[in-house]
Amino acid sequence: MALTEQDIARLARLSGLRLDSNDQIRARQELDRILGLIEELQAVDTAGVEPMAHPLAAHQDIALRLCDDVPDPAQTPEQRDACLANAPAPHQGLFLVPTVIE
Amino acid sequence: MDWEIVIGLETHAQLSTRSKIFSRSSTRFGAEPNTQANAVDMALPGSLPAMNRGAVERAIQFGLAIGARVAERSVFARKNYFYPDLPKNYQISQFELPIVVGGKLSFFVGEQEHTVNLTRAHLEEDAGKSLHEHFTGPHGESSSGIDLNRAGTPLLEIVTEPEMRSAAEAVAYARTLHGLVVWLGICDGNMQEGSFRCDANVSVRPRGQAEFGTRCEIKNLNSFRFLERAIQYEARRQIELIEDGGKVVQETRLYDADRDETRSMRTKEDSDDYRYFPDPDLPPLVVSPEWVEQVRAAMPELPAAKRARFEADLGLSAYDAAQLTLHRATADYFEAAAAALPAGQAKQAANWILGELSAALNRDDLDIGASPVSPQGLAALIARVLDGTISTKIARDVFAAMWTGESGGDPDAIIESRGLRQISDTGAIEAMIDEVLAANPAIVEEYRAGKQKAFNSLVGQVMKAAKGKANPQQVNEVLKRKLDS
Amino acid sequence: MTQLSEFRSIHALGEALRARRVSAFELAADALRAARAYADPNVFLHIDDELTLAQARAADQALADGAAGPLTGIPVAHKDLFVTRGWPTTAASKMLAGYVSPFDAAVVDRWREAGAVSLGKLSCDEFAMGSGNENSAYGPVRNPWDPERIPGGSSGGSAAAVAAGLVLGATGTDTGGSVRQPAALCGVSGIKPTYGTVSRYGIIAYASSLDQAGPLARSARDLVPLLDSMSGFDPRDSTSLETCDGVPNAPGRVQAAFDAAQADFQAGGERPLAGLRIGVPREFFNEGLSAEVGAAVESALQVFESLGAVRVDVSLPRTRLSIPAYYVIAPAEASSNLSRYDGVRYGHRAAEYGDLADMTSRSRSEGFGDEVRRRILVGAYVLSHGYYDAYYLQAQRVRRMIADDFRRALTEDCDVIMGPVTPAVARRIGDNRQDPIADWLGDIYTLGVSLAGLPGMSIPCGFGGESGRLPIGLQLIGRYFDEGRLLALADRYQQATDWHQRIPEHA
Repeated sequence: MALTEQDIARLARLSGLRLDSNDQIRARQELDRILGLIEELQAVDTAGVEPMAHPLAAHQDIALRLCDDVPDPAQTPEQRDACLANAPAPHQGLFLVPTVIE
Repeated sequence: MDWEIVIGLETHAQLSTRSKIFSRSSTRFGAEPNTQANAVDMALPGSLPAMNRGAVERAIQFGLAIGARVAERSVFARKNYFYPDLPKNYQISQFELPIVVGGKLSFFVGEQEHTVNLTRAHLEEDAGKSLHEHFTGPHGESSSGIDLNRAGTPLLEIVTEPEMRSAAEAVAYARTLHGLVVWLGICDGNMQEGSFRCDANVSVRPRGQAEFGTRCEIKNLNSFRFLERAIQYEARRQIELIEDGGKVVQETRLYDADRDETRSMRTKEDSDDYRYFPDPDLPPLVVSPEWVEQVRAAMPELPAAKRARFEADLGLSAYDAAQLTLHRATADYFEAAAAALPAGQAKQAANWILGELSAALNRDDLDIGASPVSPQGLAALIARVLDGTISTKIARDVFAAMWTGESGGDPDAIIESRGLRQISDTGAIEAMIDEVLAANPAIVEEYRAGKQKAFNSLVGQVMKAAKGKANPQQVNEVLKRKLDS
Repeated sequence: MTQLSEFRSIHALGEALRARRVSAFELAADALRAARAYADPNVFLHIDDELTLAQARAADQALADGAAGPLTGIPVAHKDLFVTRGWPTTAASKMLAGYVSPFDAAVVDRWREAGAVSLGKLSCDEFAMGSGNENSAYGPVRNPWDPERIPGGSSGGSAAAVAAGLVLGATGTDTGGSVRQPAALCGVSGIKPTYGTVSRYGIIAYASSLDQAGPLARSARDLVPLLDSMSGFDPRDSTSLETCDGVPNAPGRVQAAFDAAQADFQAGGERPLAGLRIGVPREFFNEGLSAEVGAAVESALQVFESLGAVRVDVSLPRTRLSIPAYYVIAPAEASSNLSRYDGVRYGHRAAEYGDLADMTSRSRSEGFGDEVRRRILVGAYVLSHGYYDAYYLQAQRVRRMIADDFRRALTEDCDVIMGPVTPAVARRIGDNRQDPIADWLGDIYTLGVSLAGLPGMSIPCGFGGESGRLPIGLQLIGRYFDEGRLLALADRYQQATDWHQRIPEHA
């Protein structure tokens, strides 16, 4: 089940990561080693077993809690600026990004 | 080659909750950029989603309204892809287990009734907005500004089976769906503000072929006109492509309204692998049968039920009933007018509403709620026709006068002040008829010779003499009596 | 010698503070000096005297008003995975260099409201991914017992700060062992409570269905008020539990359970633990376990037996499988949780970039370290089309089977499970760097507990290594919501032994 260069390139693209050619080679080797480990799961007979998403699901009924539809007051421009304080490229209350042409 | 067009629609309706689907930020439209985006909406480190009951309730209402199954257990899943208006770079949506399954919607295309099956409807969060004005980034690069006020607004995504076969059908479906969500009060239907957006999946195949052709998805159509044009263009494009020996490539396209054409979106390879998995931050959504019943009990009478009642109890045709139940305001208007009329005369109200009233509203670009003529006023006008005070033809003039508010909009006052009262006095009518008969011996001869047209000519002359105010039925009766005797 | 080092427990210090023999302000000022002067500059990532002293003043006010609780004035610190206003929060990553959160984590709020005084933010493995605190972008943390060795991870800074006496309590997060394992390697006590009992709101997410906050301190008894005050239902966290087997999930629950268990044990007199069945999983004593750790755990079990408990052999047959199961689920969730770091709204943005996709990928690749990038790629793989069922769903099925194994053992066979925390004592900094899964294999005894969401803790039970001065931890695993009783059991052991009182000479 060895990974190909294309596999690594595809994973990098899906993950929003940039791997140079050295990175790619290393990633391939490392992922192959990791796959060897996680492939141990294939041998397990899990017929009839439901996947478990919440760890307490086997112990008690876990259902999504619902909140009342009550809005918070809108933030003042100052409060908004506090949230924007960490932004790399803020401008007139907006986050700037290079334009995507569709 | 006889081609068949195959269309399926996915509609995103913004739900009318006051706060967002997974955060308590307000959903109000038009606020200053990023003032309605809290830590959760901005996906700040450490933030987590919490579910809005109001969004679930509206989904339940929709499911009931279309006769679908409301899932007792549904699951939120992450749809992973990178895009700057998607703060977490995943969208919380529903994938394998949506909240609403199945259902159907009926509507008229012209005089023909259609029913389209719905596959499903599910809850998800809306993305923010990119403003593509000419901003300049920190390195001088051409930039867009991201506003996250809209990020997290609840959406209901409504998916049909690929059962529609024409752009007209798709538009009729979309209009009916639009009417329904507004009727239920779960969506404000404001298409300019983006509250109701359609994606059309379009493919073509030779008529009679069982397999579907390759489809393209046209995204984000926010007017019925664009929806129609985009589908028409796309179908034509695909047919021409195939007839020229080409193959349709499955892709996402946008509709360019200025050029009236669809265009391929910049394709991102492998962007389709969304790696859906159940969101570990959100346990399964449980909707009990008891809750569904509570919602059902609190819902207004649905269009389908009203339509059935209008047909059965008030004697309307299926078409008329369907037209009157497209919008709640129209149905309410009709019911109020019918209630103010004598029993059995509801059809009159239907005719006037679908005819004169509708034309006047369209002409003046008004919603029925802003009609200068109230349901009671209309009923009063119709009553004057029924009791013979005025003819239908004169009634149209009275209606126009009521519309402008003449004489306070009161039909009786208008009839009086304009002297439009129909002449029904038998003596007066007989006298007029005698005059006309005496003045037109040649036409009388023609009638006696068998020419029916002569009769109509004589009626016309009587009406002219009466300045249109003679009761037409009476004129007909008396004239016939006199001529045949 | 610092003022703080005169006090070996939160209780002792609390008494002195309430008696006004010492002031929170002086204590905090002294502790700040010690923290800055400490031999390993990488333990603390952010210290801000003003913020700390302001909290200390508030504590002194509460003490003067007679409104003090068990944590009022107690010097603590937070793992840099908990967002804080005032102090930056980096998750030990370049990706979040200089990030200042506009809100505090729920846990930070609760400790502050309880009057604890925070000295600042502690180093950890980047985004909680690692078992040695070598994956911090800001330098490795050294084990106070031996500076050439790792303190464990990912809460390595927290364990080191407690072991070195810089604080009396620290927050950590445990996703696959990240509180228990560093506690074991640093000779301190740490607990990971039942999943859902402590709010995750404000914890920078790594693996959402596994992450759980937990405290580290010098003793089980100190852990009680620390855990009790941080727990409780939080409506902002949809995985937070409102009740624990019918008992409201709120501060007070753990304290009450601890007190009740102590009362039970008291009633046993000379044999306080009579009737207690301790399950010892045979799979934990496999060929991977080092002899010295095995011996230390064996001695600890004998102490429990001397207190009246009986040992029961139990089986957790899928112990080995917990490794691949965890290393499918955690990277999968992490790959999605870390997608938000794209240089758009906060965090590192590359200095040079072309188009949007380039900006995103450069920013992320520059901002994330090797281990983080590795796990993101693994996560993308196991979730991708065609592999999702074979890997992710399969791992979640195996997870259910592992949870069932624990449930069976803890309902049919025993009342508590005990065993080692790690296969060996702390390794050297820099070892294991060639093999991406070498450290992962060392998580074998702690992963299953996380997958099942059960409470687990680590307490010191001996020493090993060539020097004989490298700590060894004993793991205690309880039933759901049993953290109060686990802490009481640990306390009984700590009343009968003094491993937890040893202090590294480097402190």
